[in-house]
Amino acid sequence: MKKMNMNSKKTLKEVLSYVAHYKGLLVLSLVTAAVSVVLQLYIPILFGRMIDGIIGKGHVKFALIAHIGVRVGIAVIIAGAATWIMNLVNNKLSYSVVRDIRSQAIRQIQDLPLSYLDSHPSGDIVSRMITDVDQLSDGLLLGLTQLFSGLVMIAVTIGFMLSINMPITLFVVAMTPVSFLVARFIASRSFTMFRNVSDTRGRQTALIEELIGGEKVVKAFGYEKRGSARFAEVNQEMQQYSQQAVFYSSLTNPSTRFVNGIIYAFVALIGAFTVPSGSLTVGGLAALLTYANQYMKPFNDISSVVTEFQNALACAARVLEFIDAPPQTPDPEKILPKASGKIDIDHLYFSYDPNKKLIQDFSLQAKAGTRIAIVGPTGCGKTTLINLLMRFYDADSGTIAIDDQNVYAVSRPSLRQNFGMVLQDTWLKHGTVRENIAFGKPDASDDEIWRVAAASHCDTFIHQMPKGLDTVIDDGDLSQGQKQLLCIARVMLVDPPMLILDEATSNIDTRTELKIQAAFDKLMAGKTSFIVAHRLSTIRDADIILVMRDGQIVEQGNHRSLLAKNGFYAKLYNAQFELTK
Amino acid sequence: MKKLFAYLKDYRRDAILAPTFKLLEAFFDLLVPLVVARIIDVGIAQNNHTYIVHMVTVMVILAVAGLTSSITAQFFAARSSVGCVTDMRQGLFDHIQKFTYSELDQVGTDTLITRLTSDMQQVQNGLNMALRLLLRSPIVVLGSMIMAFTIDVKCALVFVVAIPILSLVVFGIMRISIPMFRGVQKKLDRLLGITRENLTGVRVVRAFGQEQDAVKTFDADNGDLTRWNEKVGRWSAALNPLTYAIVNIATIVLIQVGAVRVNLGGIQQGQVVALYNYMAQMIIELIKLAQLIVLINRSIACAERIQSVFEIEPGMSFPVDKANTKEAGDLAVAFDQVTFTYQNGGAPALKDISFQAKKGETIGIIGGTGSGKSTLVSLIPRFYDPEGGTVSVLGENVRDYPEGTLNTKIGYVPQRVTLFEGSIRDNLSWGKADAGSDEMDRALATAQVKDVVDQKPDGLDFYLQQNGRNLSGGQRQRLTIARALVRKPEILIMDDSASALDFATDAALRQAIHSLHRDMTVFIVSQRTASVMSADQILVLDEGRLVGKGTHEELLAHNQVYQEIYYSQFPKDDHTAANTAQEA
Repeated sequence: MKKMNMNSKKTLKEVLSYVAHYKGLLVLSLVTAAVSVVLQLYIPILFGRMIDGIIGKGHVKFALIAHIGVRVGIAVIIAGAATWIMNLVNNKLSYSVVRDIRSQAIRQIQDLPLSYLDSHPSGDIVSRMITDVDQLSDGLLLGLTQLFSGLVMIAVTIGFMLSINMPITLFVVAMTPVSFLVARFIASRSFTMFRNVSDTRGRQTALIEELIGGEKVVKAFGYEKRGSARFAEVNQEMQQYSQQAVFYSSLTNPSTRFVNGIIYAFVALIGAFTVPSGSLTVGGLAALLTYANQYMKPFNDISSVVTEFQNALACAARVLEFIDAPPQTPDPEKILPKASGKIDIDHLYFSYDPNKKLIQDFSLQAKAGTRIAIVGPTGCGKTTLINLLMRFYDADSGTIAIDDQNVYAVSRPSLRQNFGMVLQDTWLKHGTVRENIAFGKPDASDDEIWRVAAASHCDTFIHQMPKGLDTVIDDGDLSQGQKQLLCIARVMLVDPPMLILDEATSNIDTRTELKIQAAFDKLMAGKTSFIVAHRLSTIRDADIILVMRDGQIVEQGNHRSLLAKNGFYAKLYNAQFELTK
Repeated sequence: MKKLFAYLKDYRRDAILAPTFKLLEAFFDLLVPLVVARIIDVGIAQNNHTYIVHMVTVMVILAVAGLTSSITAQFFAARSSVGCVTDMRQGLFDHIQKFTYSELDQVGTDTLITRLTSDMQQVQNGLNMALRLLLRSPIVVLGSMIMAFTIDVKCALVFVVAIPILSLVVFGIMRISIPMFRGVQKKLDRLLGITRENLTGVRVVRAFGQEQDAVKTFDADNGDLTRWNEKVGRWSAALNPLTYAIVNIATIVLIQVGAVRVNLGGIQQGQVVALYNYMAQMIIELIKLAQLIVLINRSIACAERIQSVFEIEPGMSFPVDKANTKEAGDLAVAFDQVTFTYQNGGAPALKDISFQAKKGETIGIIGGTGSGKSTLVSLIPRFYDPEGGTVSVLGENVRDYPEGTLNTKIGYVPQRVTLFEGSIRDNLSWGKADAGSDEMDRALATAQVKDVVDQKPDGLDFYLQQNGRNLSGGQRQRLTIARALVRKPEILIMDDSASALDFATDAALRQAIHSLHRDMTVFIVSQRTASVMSADQILVLDEGRLVGKGTHEELLAHNQVYQEIYYSQFPKDDHTAANTAQEA
């Protein structure tokens, strides 16, 4: 096997630590593998002896043949059983390890800081958890057992062959490197070709995803011909590379078969010369020929295992990198009890990237029940504030206190329980309507659920659904507005003292928007609320308006004081009515 | 699968040569045990060294011949399978280019992408393997049996019994386990879905403190998948040991029968060895055949899916050549009693719509979600054909424009932002292939995005990642507007294209477009009253019907739906403030 570098060793060690839970299975797998290999190789010898009992017309040792035949039968059954048990054990082992790694990974998702999750595309994490883990089990675990039985097979084959005839065995062993080199040579040639293919395929897929994914735009701009031409270019390149790769890689089998065939012929030659001398029987020769035929198989297996092994290690490294990523700072024991809603933010500094300053020296005092509107152009960083309040991210310096309790000194779940959050991105889980409304309070009674459903104007459409509360929500069944209403109901049920709301209601029709507004008003009654505000009335009625621009809070005050200031807020406010007439 | 086989036609010669050479190879392979038998029965029995050397030479020749024919076969197989699929992929791509929006809606672009990528790959693999092995494996299995018959009929009967039993076991296990694999795939998809859900909903999950519950759900499904895997594994784990046992038991019987035959003088010892070798060869091929059938089945399923896309015929025809002689007059767009229904949608999306837009006018279109706003504007560039009534652009029925001529007159900004990987320049050249930097700069300035582009180190050559994700939502949206403006369209359609812009930028954009005007007719679809208030004509849609037509003041005075929309955005008490601002 190729020399492994430090990282691979570390990865392998870690994967093995997952396997270590199943030591018994691993041992059983190795034992059954050895039994199965030894017997499978011993059987040709027995067949050889049977054949030796058939000498010629009138000279057949029937008793011997029957006797050995029974032994073969027993050996076959044991070998078959051992192989079967080995397969079962290997399955159990690899599926269990896969399950364990995935289960570790899902816990890691819950435990990672959001900065990690925000900076890694979810598709990438999903593919690590699903595809890479599968590859890992295929390549690494099955690879290990295949490697083991391959090695046993080679050793035992040589041993058995030696027991039959020394010179022929030496000849076969001497020929080994030839066959091996041929296979390696082809594999290394086709490896670079396959890399060309996968590079080209990557480009082709990207082009397909773009052009077909944006086919409507392609049509709108009459780009079809130009698109086809671009596609043809990559497609032809793809043809050239795949043809080479497919051809070269398909040479492995015929070439090793050829080398095998030559070895086979020479074993026959030497054997035929040896038999008359008496040191080799015809049955022995038959057994040797069988061995010569099978001999290369473990070598081919091992060489393909090595390639797959490296691939699997790469996959394992990707999964483990995710699992080993540093989790968020541990939660303090202390719990924030249900708060009244008083918030004090004191000299807060925060930035995602140390080179790009965002929130600087931000202070805010809000009594319980205050309405705080966050205003600013799109992309001004309104979500940053939400991230800080909910402790999705921690401030660089400064403190946030709720009911005079520093939020960094209490556990995150207890802090978050005090907040209700309704964002523009209406995330619902795959499950029933009931599960979604009761998301924050899984033991809620039906009465409670219907009460909040009515208060949030969800009840009508829930009644219209085929199974009411037990309808499984499928993406696309609900309109954007209905989803948002469910999100409101979800928060209402928990009834937290503080709220974070995003008013953005694009893609929602007017009537639903009115309902959402009514639901929002009901929800906010008597609560401290942070509202990412889009509606004029919300902004004007707010006790405090935070004006954000380029990630920073540039102004703070109420509607009147900010208009009087005639700054950025005033400009924004007036722009709404700057008409092009 | 007629259409797909047509692609193989160009490679007919290769596709016939590949299996032919493969058969030749199988034939050479099958001769080897006979030669070995001769060595034993003649060479060794008579201790004839010359004869042995001759026979071994024959074996080497057979090996060389086998290698040569095999390489030849692999070459033709690779060339024909890759070539055929390459042509097929191009064919499918070009076929999709002929689709209209109706077909795209019907099939869905995600599906089309899968057809062009992984399905094609599967077909290529299947075709390649089929050309190489589909004939070879059965021939070797049957050939072994036939060779056995040439040696000895009685011994060959062991083959006659063993082959069906083996086939029954191999294909029986396949029949049981393949549907179960589908079950596993479903469970795996489910697990994938949950994982994705956990990632996209991480904020909500944490906000509600539901981390533990999320883990519990995942664990349950994870365990479920593991159990299914083990269940399927139990069957496939039995395949190898069972076939192994059957073959070897058959071999025991074979040797016993052979022993009797030799004792009677029917055959010789070496021929028993040959029979023994045939038995060993057969089982290898039978297992290969089983794997091959799985692979081929999968690729046939893929091929059928590809075929079904080929079978979709574009549902729009264009006049071949029509001189556009009619004097356009001053009408830019006219709808005359237009009714339209989506293919899958039951109720008409548009009912009996009539209006006229003069050149240079700005038309606002407003209404709730699903009221038909986007549908209405998508009939102007003839993305769809209405089922009733006519749509005319510049005095000409849209159906009378030859293919590709109508969209040169229209700049279309779709609701969903779609940009393409490449430089900003590349993206803008979609609007006009030969546009110069000046033209692009002007379009960028109008779209309020020139300063953004100027700030980029490479300016117009700034490289956009996939769908422009290295820009903000608002910047991307403005680039799509610039792309439509580059071609200096006679008609500009903005389908809710300012949704990601703040009010100030939105207003500046409208101002800039207004000042460009010349003869350009502008359609603005929006949810925001503020965006359409200043239009020359506002069309109010409600559930596919045109319920109001007029200026802002007219509609606000008389149109109930418009009032409802307006006051939902500017509550009555704001009204005075709005008016004050307007007057100011």
